[in-house]
Amino acid sequence: MKARLVAAAAIALFATTAQAKTLIFCSEGSPEGFTPSLYTAGTTFDASSRQIYNRLAEFEIGTTKIIPGLAESWDVSSDGLVYTFNLRKGVKFHSTKNFTPSRDFNADDVLFSFERQFSKSHPYHMVSGGAYEYFNGMSMPDLIKKIEKVDDFTVRFTLNRPEAPMIANLAMDFASIHSAEYAEKMATAGTMDDFDQNPVGTGPFKLVAYQKDAFIRYQAHPEYFRGKAAIDDLVFAITPDASVRYQKLKAGECHVMPYPNPADIEAMRTDPKVNLLSQEGLNVGYLAYNAKMAPFDNPKVRKALNMAINKEAIIDAVFQGAGKVAKNPIPPTIWSYNEATKDDGYDPAASRAALDAEGVKGLKMKIWAMPVQRPYNPNARRMAELIQADFAKVGVEAEIVSYEWGEYLKRSKATDRDGAVLLGWTGDNGDPDNFLAVLLGCDGVGGSNRAQWCHKPFEDLIQKAKVVSDPAERTRLYEQAQIEFKKQAPWATIAHSVVFKPIRKEVTGFKIDPFGGHSFYGVDLK
Amino acid sequence: MFRFLLTKLAMIIPTFIGVTIASFAFIRLLPGDPILLMAGERGVTPERREELEAIMGFDRPLWEQYLGFLGDLLQGDLGVSIVTKQPVLEEFLGRFPATVELSVIAIIFAVAIGLPAGVIAAVRRGSIFDHTVMGCSLTGYSMPIFWWGLLLIILFSGILEWTPVSGRISFLYFFEPVTGFMLIDSLLSGQSGAFKSAVSHLILPAVVLGTIPLAVIARQTRSSMLEVLSEDYVRTARAKGLPPIRVVGVHALRNALITVVTVIGLQVGVLLAGAILTETIFAWPGIGKWMIDSISRRDYPSVQGGLLMIASIVMIVNLLVDLTYGLINPAIRHEG
Repeated sequence: MKARLVAAAAIALFATTAQAKTLIFCSEGSPEGFTPSLYTAGTTFDASSRQIYNRLAEFEIGTTKIIPGLAESWDVSSDGLVYTFNLRKGVKFHSTKNFTPSRDFNADDVLFSFERQFSKSHPYHMVSGGAYEYFNGMSMPDLIKKIEKVDDFTVRFTLNRPEAPMIANLAMDFASIHSAEYAEKMATAGTMDDFDQNPVGTGPFKLVAYQKDAFIRYQAHPEYFRGKAAIDDLVFAITPDASVRYQKLKAGECHVMPYPNPADIEAMRTDPKVNLLSQEGLNVGYLAYNAKMAPFDNPKVRKALNMAINKEAIIDAVFQGAGKVAKNPIPPTIWSYNEATKDDGYDPAASRAALDAEGVKGLKMKIWAMPVQRPYNPNARRMAELIQADFAKVGVEAEIVSYEWGEYLKRSKATDRDGAVLLGWTGDNGDPDNFLAVLLGCDGVGGSNRAQWCHKPFEDLIQKAKVVSDPAERTRLYEQAQIEFKKQAPWATIAHSVVFKPIRKEVTGFKIDPFGGHSFYGVDLK
Repeated sequence: MFRFLLTKLAMIIPTFIGVTIASFAFIRLLPGDPILLMAGERGVTPERREELEAIMGFDRPLWEQYLGFLGDLLQGDLGVSIVTKQPVLEEFLGRFPATVELSVIAIIFAVAIGLPAGVIAAVRRGSIFDHTVMGCSLTGYSMPIFWWGLLLIILFSGILEWTPVSGRISFLYFFEPVTGFMLIDSLLSGQSGAFKSAVSHLILPAVVLGTIPLAVIARQTRSSMLEVLSEDYVRTARAKGLPPIRVVGVHALRNALITVVTVIGLQVGVLLAGAILTETIFAWPGIGKWMIDSISRRDYPSVQGGLLMIASIVMIVNLLVDLTYGLINPAIRHEG
């Protein structure tokens, strides 16, 4: 009798909760905190900016297309220096156990969110450590001259120099908008440290509870300006192991899981309970020669070596099929990707002949293999071994070297570096500038430009594209830049990964985010 | 007894100082630094690097950093994580109950099965039961935790659907933690079915974590019992005509327990090491997974604070084991 009562109570409890639609996401780790400007890991963005916050401009979910967010529209001055944002009216912040907003979103919130990162004298600047690495990494302190409130619903950004990707930068997670009223309330109460752990935003979900390494619970924001989310509750079940995530997905203990094991992909394809979504990632994996050191300062030698690499074999062995051969330095999901460029195809005989023609005999070199797994290179050691074997076929003796990850990143920057480096990049804002200027621009030599390659025709094109605001003109310039890149071959472009996302069949409306994140607005359960 | 306790406590002080030096030095001896890891492929400019070093306090000489760590420690402050910006003590204590709960249940499981299995195997030496217990314990001891955990999940959660895959409780139940121990909190919550859910979530991880200690305890109990059973006083007890249960249970087992308790004490370290893998597989929010994450991010304050706390706990448990010897065998406390 007692057992029956317990069962009945459990069913009643389930019945009440079953009315509310709860989506469970088996996330891979814990967020570091809930303020996207301070805590910048991808796992953290999933838990913070993508659910809780909005930005002035945003990426349409599942694309790199920029759409209005908290700004309804914006104007750019003809010299590209002044950006005026017209803010959306009637946007409500979340009501939480710590805070009930007394007003709607306005220009004060925009000023607070940027000045906290921008101004070292801002009262919140040093709260939670004061390391705004994306804001700094995107050169915002040098770029922004001032930010002004024109009126309650108009904000003006003045720049020191024109920057065509500015709107894309403002759509990035670090530019999420916080409540100035909430910040003030926490300051008055002397609990400023809690501001970054108990977030208040305008986004589709509000945080209800978080237990570190266990779960995060969200509730749909009933007054979300784009309309309430289709699901009522969202739970992140933190599950670090990929095989266990798949078991949970199969058992119905979660609906969506990130980062499946490549070995499980085949089983997922045939699993009747699972839909396996896939899309090319916004990344590129490459082998960067050192263009400052002979014989790699000769483009013909670089192109000859490129022809020695069997990229298809790398896709099969290293990516286990979850990758696509890269020919350009930007992935095909980015606008201005040049379909017309021709890759240096695999041809060992032609490679050997080209090396002979350049007088390169008995070349010995180093290949640097990263010690970590990255989306653009799941196994750098294996990749290096395959390239080593390919090079041996054309008479080049390669030695594989590796260092601890931090050291690897540091040493690979050196302009007198010995050898070619395996590395890669994942895009931040969907703008070609974020790949071409960061990784191949002259400013990056000795830094993020691992090829140490500074080529004036290429540099002129990307510098011009930075200041032109006409998208068609920018596209043309970047397409041209990719042609220059292929002629010069500072890298062997190896692969773009393919991202797999297993979801349960009952989940509808889920779109793969090209930036690698997970957004649950627009997702429903059948 | 008081003197015995004082001697043991006095020995702990130099050990503790040694541990502070070791935990401070360990993470700094590893190659790589937290700022470079945080910046990733993007990199960081030398000026920004200097700024960040100043913010994190890494610009000071090492000895000064160590003295600062020691000074804060005396005030009960383990510092602030450079990743989450939260106090390390808070981060540790927030996760520690989960590890304790899992470890206690795992050791109860290991003792409850390992001790009687070892005793019976010793009493029936050479029997099929003895060979089976020893064979199983050797297999259990050699079992890689990661593989064993996944195997149990696939069998019991995937195929048989008897237990949940991972986590501490079903997401149907939600309540604020009071003690941090899910078994207790689920009872306190008053939510029907919550306790059952918590128990069902605990079974597989406790079995996985308890497997190696179980194997060790069973083997150790057997060999100690065999040794004691051949002693003269046991033969005398048997000759007196005492019932076999009394001979084994009172005369033999009590003496055999000394080594068994030592082994159980040593298993605390094994449990904490095993917890790292078990917690990762079963998404158990304890300190093992937290330490691994902190090490890979080179989160100096979290690693040094966490190591210090874990080492202190192992020292305290060993002290308690020493005191337990005294209770089991009064001769030891007199010697002490």
